[in-house]
Amino acid sequence: MLRWLDGFGRATIRALEDLGRFFNILAQSVLWTFRPPFDWAEWLRQMVRVGWDSIPVVFLTTMFTGMVLALQTYRGFERFHAEGFVGSVVALSLTRELAPVLTGLMVTGRVGSAMAAELGTMRVTEQIDALYAMATEPVQYLVVPRVGASLIMLPFLTLVGDAIGIVGGWLVAVGIFNANSFLYWQRSFQYLEVNDVTSGLIKAAFFGLVLAGMGCSKGFYTSGGAEGVGRATTSAVVMGSLGILVSDFFLTKVLF
Amino acid sequence: MAAGTEPKIAVIGLKKSFGEKPVLRGIDLEIMPGESLVLVGGSGAGKSVFLKHLIGLLLPDEGHVIVDGIDLTLAEPSVALRLRKKFGMSFQEGALFDSMTVFGNIAFPLRRHTDMDQAAVAARVRECLELVRLENVEDRYPAELSGGMRRRVGFARAIALEPDILLFDEPTTGLDPINTAVIARLINRMRRELRVTAVTITHDMNLAWKVADRLAMLREGRIIALDDPEGFRTSPDPYVRAFLEGEVIDEEEVAV
Repeated sequence: MLRWLDGFGRATIRALEDLGRFFNILAQSVLWTFRPPFDWAEWLRQMVRVGWDSIPVVFLTTMFTGMVLALQTYRGFERFHAEGFVGSVVALSLTRELAPVLTGLMVTGRVGSAMAAELGTMRVTEQIDALYAMATEPVQYLVVPRVGASLIMLPFLTLVGDAIGIVGGWLVAVGIFNANSFLYWQRSFQYLEVNDVTSGLIKAAFFGLVLAGMGCSKGFYTSGGAEGVGRATTSAVVMGSLGILVSDFFLTKVLF
Repeated sequence: MAAGTEPKIAVIGLKKSFGEKPVLRGIDLEIMPGESLVLVGGSGAGKSVFLKHLIGLLLPDEGHVIVDGIDLTLAEPSVALRLRKKFGMSFQEGALFDSMTVFGNIAFPLRRHTDMDQAAVAARVRECLELVRLENVEDRYPAELSGGMRRRVGFARAIALEPDILLFDEPTTGLDPINTAVIARLINRMRRELRVTAVTITHDMNLAWKVADRLAMLREGRIIALDDPEGFRTSPDPYVRAFLEGEVIDEEEVAV
């Protein structure tokens, strides 16, 4: 019993430590964002990596999600003759929930992990110390562009995902179930409000902070050589994904 | 102020522990301008930790590090950052940025801290590479270089901003005797041509004899001997004698 309590206590302390480092690194990045020098080239490079390079993954994810969503709701709505509302359901669920969350999760796997691995390797090979020794603040040079790029690019990717997913739903409805194309589009947008899209985009920006903050803090505080880098990478993906799912609930509650 | 009267670096009562484990137990040391001090000691004696305190990569639990009359431990972050430009540090494995070419690595501090144009940067990079006797490597990535070459590129990067003080962290670890001799010669060349103060930590006595004006022996977080090479060679201290002769003196050392 005591041993169990001991283990539980240790795990709690470790989790709190992780959380502390996460918020610490985000707070530091905010401070360093507004101080010169500004690395626009590095910002651009990270925006391409987080945003542009993620488009194929987001494309496939949201396309198939939109298609499945149409398949499932069509089967269900058919039972009470509401097939006409498939478009509304697809558009609403994508913009409010699925596009931001799935984009967040996919980008965590693609980019959050890479951030942890890259910064972790730099830590264990003393490259971060070397930056510091060259009078360059590592948080400013490494973390700020990554967090900033994620914050900006996640909403952009989500907007792309919204559009692709809706097209996916339309493809299934029209292509497989022979729905009326004009009616499908009309219903898709009839019940869609601006707030549905913007709340999704706000969520996405937040998820960008979570995944980049987690990836960077895990990488930045890596210790223990190659094995440590592996652990940091795994835990950046796990904690980042959990962070997205948990914060999604609370954000939805606040933004409804 | 006459050169040679004021110490370049003064370390006063430096103590540092990691968790429960004391690593540095009170170090007092003065390093004069233009002198080359070599700190020797076994693995785990705290050499690297000591060196990292000189440049502010680690902050002491107790004590002070004073560089050119400015206390690094009390300085504002912006002052500390500026003070750090006086240093050039060479890391154990080079710590080159592996995402950049050799050129990019050496140009990094120049682009960041000077307003040199492209041509001036390129000229300075060539000059630094020439000083460490490397040519035609500008476009290679660190992964394509041998260990000795990586070390030399690290030197070139460390001297790019014309520092007053050069710190060498185990510059010959893992190198063959010929490369070790080359590194020793380069360190002396840089000292001669750049008129810098140099602090080297190593457990390689071959290197130490070649570059030292004074030698210090670190053991269990304390300096147990400090003398010029002649005095050091004839030191009465049993541990120093054992270290120089490569012998084991007590059981505790065997455990390592």
